[in-house]
Amino acid sequence: MKIKNLTTSFRVLDDYYAAVDNVTLTVNKNEVLAIVGESGSGKSALAFSIMGLHNRAKIEGTLDFKGQNIAKYSQGKLNKLRGKEMAMIFQDSLSALNPLMIVGAQIDEALLLHNSSMSKKDRKVRVIDFLSKVGIPRPEKTYEQYPHELSGGMRQRVVIAMAIANQPELLIADEPTTALDVTIQAQILDLIKDLKDDMRAGIILITHDLGVVAEMADRVAVMYAGQIVEIADVYSLFSSPQHPYTRSLLNSLPNSAETKTKLHVIQGVVPPLHKMPREGCRFRHRIPWIDESSHEENPELHEIKPGHFVRCTCYKDFYFPDKHKEASGNGAT
Amino acid sequence: MALLEVKDLKVHFPIRGGIFNTVVDQVKAVDGVNFSIEPGQTYGLVGESGSGKTTTGRAVIGLNKITSGDVLFEGHNLAKGGRKSHLNVRKDIQMIFQDPYSSLNPKKRVADIVAEPLRNFEKLTKKEERVRVEELMELVGLSTEAIFKYPHEFSGGQRQRIGIARAIALKPKLIIADEPVSALDVSVQAQVLNFMQEIQKELGLTYLFISHDLGIVRHICDHIGIMYKGRYVEQGASEDIFTNPQHIYTKRLVSAIPDLDPNRRESLTVKRQQAKKDFDELSDKFFDEEGLPYPLKPISDSHLVALPEKG
Repeated sequence: MKIKNLTTSFRVLDDYYAAVDNVTLTVNKNEVLAIVGESGSGKSALAFSIMGLHNRAKIEGTLDFKGQNIAKYSQGKLNKLRGKEMAMIFQDSLSALNPLMIVGAQIDEALLLHNSSMSKKDRKVRVIDFLSKVGIPRPEKTYEQYPHELSGGMRQRVVIAMAIANQPELLIADEPTTALDVTIQAQILDLIKDLKDDMRAGIILITHDLGVVAEMADRVAVMYAGQIVEIADVYSLFSSPQHPYTRSLLNSLPNSAETKTKLHVIQGVVPPLHKMPREGCRFRHRIPWIDESSHEENPELHEIKPGHFVRCTCYKDFYFPDKHKEASGNGAT
Repeated sequence: MALLEVKDLKVHFPIRGGIFNTVVDQVKAVDGVNFSIEPGQTYGLVGESGSGKTTTGRAVIGLNKITSGDVLFEGHNLAKGGRKSHLNVRKDIQMIFQDPYSSLNPKKRVADIVAEPLRNFEKLTKKEERVRVEELMELVGLSTEAIFKYPHEFSGGQRQRIGIARAIALKPKLIIADEPVSALDVSVQAQVLNFMQEIQKELGLTYLFISHDLGIVRHICDHIGIMYKGRYVEQGASEDIFTNPQHIYTKRLVSAIPDLDPNRRESLTVKRQQAKKDFDELSDKFFDEEGLPYPLKPISDSHLVALPEKG
């Protein structure tokens, strides 16, 4: 999957504003690409655009999936692809499942849509097979159960089983573990890892949890205000993060080594869509102590190491203000 | 003396059924919990969803009916007597809620939201009240003009600060914070956590911090209690829990914390799977016939673990 210059704009008060702004990304087979960012950074909008799930948004750019530009596909044509060659795991498993259908029938439906020739009996065997593959202890029983009878972790497994039923080549997981407890989260992440090794699919993992990223990803793209500000493989991103935003994010997490200390706070907030600065470095308002001259006028992604891209030149001059300044500057007003 | 002492707290919810809607069973949400918090400390209550941590917090502040047990706050037993008899004590305990979007009344201005506890407990003139509200807004780092705005005009972090301003309006001694940052983005989370620690020092507050996020709990708490199915499985100083977990459930929880170093992920996965295996294999030994943890036993001065009778 190659995404080129993708821009997704939403209509706000008769004007279009880009929530995803000129994003270029590649996902390879057998790779987990993590997309990280705060709420409002456009990471979910990106995922929905790839799946063609935005009805009212204006989408520009090309989405090259196995050599074809699916951005131009009609919904009917997309329906043939979705669920079969690309699939999505949603955050909230309770609302992703139909409460009135037994779980088995819902997975069966996904199979039926794309394999109309399969007999009912074969499909049932397949569904039960998938249910046990995602680690559901008694798949025959779960087949007959309704979503509300299952726990959150089990439901998320069902959603995953549904997504992988047709062995897609591209899997998008939008915050797959955010609603789950830590121990369940660990299990689901291990499951996704196993599935990746099994199916050799490309996975786009969307999350705000940097811990999950460090556990799962091969490559990481950090998004801020609709743009990608840094892309690198997971090892270089965590060992030598470059962009001020990436560094601030990593610094704002509680560290197990030093407790009871002050956490780093990023000043200000992510600007709302219609107030987003469209020129210059979008992060500059949140690091006002950095001199204006260190920003580029039209920030671009620079390759600083093979495979490690950073937007804008401000990373060269970036430093954290000292602890004292940080304390007085954490007001959000 | 401990500021808050909870002794053998039980909160059971009845399950009604049958034709006469009689009580057919009980859900033992909290089933015999003991802990105490010293003034000025932060006590972390950790557990997965359904473990009873929130119910415990709500029972302390009086939002859930206590089935049996004692809640001693500075010597007053809050579990006995009606709501009215503890009015004076109640104002010393305040709560910060999880969701800053639904815990503020959208129809009220910030001035009214923050002043509400003042109006309930203190008789102030309009002018005095205004001065107090402005002081509070300054204390939580919001501008004084903000008091004329409505909650929707603020970001998540700012709303949580308004919630905190409301909680500290009456100068409470104990604040129960129920997942105060789990609905917030990481950078905002840092903001609120820093701020909570600041005002703790400034006002000498004591926190009962309820959370499922062990990373945060480790960062902010002095003592930690781990709950499982309404009971405690382990209790101890922060160090005890994180460096020397004893119960299989605690070990499993601690090993499930994602690490920020991708180089360690393989070893972590192995550790985590080992912890899960231990948990599955040894659960007969560590839990009783009903799958519930045993009573706590001290293994050092500060560290208590729910170990079976022998061994």
